[in-house]
Amino acid sequence: MTTREQILEAVLKNQPESMPLPDIGMFKGGDDDTVRKYIDIFKTIGGAAYLVDDLEVVKSMVAEQFDTTKRIATTLPEMQDIAELIAPAIDPHLYEDVELAIIRGHFSVAENGAVWLTEEVMGQRIIPYICQHLAVVLTAESIVPTLHEAYERIGLGDYGFGGFIGGPSKTADIEQALVLGAHGPLTMTVYIIR
Amino acid sequence: MKQTETKDHAGLAEDFIKDEERVNWHDGALWYIREKRDIASKQIPEWEALREAASQIKNNVISNLHDYLLQFEANLTKNGVKVHWANNADEHNAIVYSILKAKGITEMVKSKSMLTEECHLNEYLEERGIGVINSDLGEYIQQLDNEPPSHIVLPCIHKRKEEIGELFHEHLGTEKGLSDPTLLTRVARKHLRNVFLTRRGALTGVNFAVAETGEYVVCTNEGNADMGAHLSEVQIASMGLEKIIPQKKHLSVFLRLLARSATGQPITIYSSHYKKPREGQEMHLILVDAGRTRQLGRTDFRNSLKCIKCGGCMNTCPVYRKSGGLSYHNTISGPIGAILAPNLDMKKHADLPYASTLCGSCSNVCPVKINIHEQLYKWRQVIVKEGYAANTKALGMKAMAWTLASPEKFSTAGKAGRWFLHNIPFVVNNKFNPWYKQREMPEGPKESFAEWYAKNEK
Amino acid sequence: MFVTGYIMTVGLFIPCYVNQFYPDAAKATLQLLQKLGVEVVYPAKQTCCGQPMANSGFAHLTSDCDALFIQNFAEFDYIVAPSASCVLHVKDHLHSAENEGKAEGIRGKIYELVEFLTDVLKIEKLDAVFPHKVGIHHSCHGLRGLYLSQMTELNAAPFSKPQQLLNMVSGLEQVSLDRPDECCGFGGTFCVAEEAVSVKMGKDRVTDHSKNGAEYITSSDLSCLMHLEGILHRNKSKVKVVHIAEILNATV
Repeated sequence: MTTREQILEAVLKNQPESMPLPDIGMFKGGDDDTVRKYIDIFKTIGGAAYLVDDLEVVKSMVAEQFDTTKRIATTLPEMQDIAELIAPAIDPHLYEDVELAIIRGHFSVAENGAVWLTEEVMGQRIIPYICQHLAVVLTAESIVPTLHEAYERIGLGDYGFGGFIGGPSKTADIEQALVLGAHGPLTMTVYIIR
Repeated sequence: MKQTETKDHAGLAEDFIKDEERVNWHDGALWYIREKRDIASKQIPEWEALREAASQIKNNVISNLHDYLLQFEANLTKNGVKVHWANNADEHNAIVYSILKAKGITEMVKSKSMLTEECHLNEYLEERGIGVINSDLGEYIQQLDNEPPSHIVLPCIHKRKEEIGELFHEHLGTEKGLSDPTLLTRVARKHLRNVFLTRRGALTGVNFAVAETGEYVVCTNEGNADMGAHLSEVQIASMGLEKIIPQKKHLSVFLRLLARSATGQPITIYSSHYKKPREGQEMHLILVDAGRTRQLGRTDFRNSLKCIKCGGCMNTCPVYRKSGGLSYHNTISGPIGAILAPNLDMKKHADLPYASTLCGSCSNVCPVKINIHEQLYKWRQVIVKEGYAANTKALGMKAMAWTLASPEKFSTAGKAGRWFLHNIPFVVNNKFNPWYKQREMPEGPKESFAEWYAKNEK
Repeated sequence: MFVTGYIMTVGLFIPCYVNQFYPDAAKATLQLLQKLGVEVVYPAKQTCCGQPMANSGFAHLTSDCDALFIQNFAEFDYIVAPSASCVLHVKDHLHSAENEGKAEGIRGKIYELVEFLTDVLKIEKLDAVFPHKVGIHHSCHGLRGLYLSQMTELNAAPFSKPQQLLNMVSGLEQVSLDRPDECCGFGGTFCVAEEAVSVKMGKDRVTDHSKNGAEYITSSDLSCLMHLEGILHRNKSKVKVVHIAEILNATV
């Protein structure tokens, strides 16, 4: 008998009588002022969020807020004049010196500040993790109240890799002192287009 | 690894408590996290209903695990992930080794995985010439100190920053006396970034594995799992069988509970959903039993497998806070460790179910409603029946039961506490009694209530 | 409040160590119930609920203890004890191979004193006076086992039965604590088997009460109080322990 068969047989023998799945349909958030809630929560987790009119405003804010002499990468064609377009097929190691990545987020979640990204909007899976600073652009109407609506929206998902990112990377492993910028980005900025 | 296994929990805890200033700090730091958890959970009006839903989903998982494993496996395969099965630590470690060896990889980076700690994977690989670096900052610090993690979420919570500074000075050449957490973290960031960039193999743990889609979710705050995985040629995930959840939408319930229970955060910074390998990358997933099917067969203890490893029970446990995680001499410490460990080695861990006052706070914070304190009580009964209780304790208990079952013996046992002062373990009146070390005995009154009642009320 | 005529007969269960070391708490329980118009009988042949054995893993040795308990208490309308821990043990673990019906009956009619006053007698006032600052120590078995108060871990409406009763005592000032329902570290044989942890937990509880100004620490469990008192005495503290029955029975 293979290990696989041994394990499956032991599981079958030892698992108790089937218990039903609960209905989780009643869990949902309220729709009131999700944008304001999102911005407030995102700030408490160490991020910065701005409500803006369009990508032109984003561009000028990026120029003010970041060192544009360093390497900026993006998946947004509209940003091409201030950033290089990310190439999906090249070695991910080549992005090690990206100072700022500007990418589109599918949507974000008001209750926890997290933005949902798949590799399609990341350009490369490594991008939102390896950059020193992460900027995400999303639309105000895409913000959902809780993770329940979020997963409803994601559905089964046609992606190879996807992730929620909710703020700059952090650690409190040394004496519970909060330090932003553990291994991933030192800052995260979300531009919400009205 | 530093050897801490000659003493039992009580002995190791006593050593930890000798440094009272450290204990006070440790207790306060963990209590602060418990308070943050309280605040976060109380912002969700449906919190208790979410716990109940999570508990029921996990009940469904453990009662249908066989079919879910098959479904998960089929979906992984469809997604292009290579699936492996391991009965025990040795098989698991051998699989990891063979995957790395086939690619000629001699250095691997690993994000937090309690399962691989349990399997002693690092030692196994190092003996075979493969270097492993733990990339979670807390685990990295513990690795530098050659010590296992003391907490599943906060691996080096028992260490003071000066001690960490000393380790960095010794191993990374930082300036002596440097102890600022931000500066130390920056040093580790720089050092580990180079590790991520040069490792071709990366291993992660698994928080949730979705049977319905064949994807698995890894949660970190530091981004270390993603840095390792997305830069690797070979990505390996190790998971215990119990990490399965049935459907994608169930992630909403668990991710709402996990970080709030763990640290009071609304969600971990990174919740990464790994489904298919990157172009040109190999992805492997190892399903590990290592005692889980045995625990599944224990009616009273099987629902310990519902654990989502938030560490909430550790933060709330006063015994844990005062004694430190290493005093549990097991990879998973604290209350949840004390109900998981006896299943793995009852003799070695016979002391752990006794490292509790059965106060019950752990069961109340548990996001999947494991009846931890009831299981601690039940493990005590099993340990005694299987003959792992100390003999002296067994004899004393028998004498006590015999006396307490008989009112004649009880009353002739003496006036006002004489019998007690000789027989009840917490008041045995001699200088060797641990009660008396730091506490006075209760003062024996002139007469017992029974004596007074016989005189005055009949 | 009932002033004339007995409404029920209560079997008074005085746990073994209370009988031996804290007879005043037992007397206060008896007198308080009598004052409230309850007929109280103390069965002389009682010993112990069996908890010390069971919690140490020796539940299989408690059957004789259980049989004796049933023999002593099966016939009463209610059973009341000034100890949450012992009551919880009986409620959760009392069984009988010969007469499970009687055991079940006892499990349903045994009450800890505080809950008996608030839930069965439903008292709304007391003639008690206790002009002191008092901190409540919630015993874990009373709190998380008998639900005498809401547990801080849960997202649920707060309530506290002991507090409700102490609010009826004139002159008494309740102090609030930094950690209102943290375990004191007694834990039965834990207190000697894990001496270092037990004492550290007890010391920290005592500090919480004393730094918040308590003159007295009260509880519905004397086992916790015995442990805390041992620490207070050793450290020559002025803070005293008192069972809640003694406060509720106190007059000027």
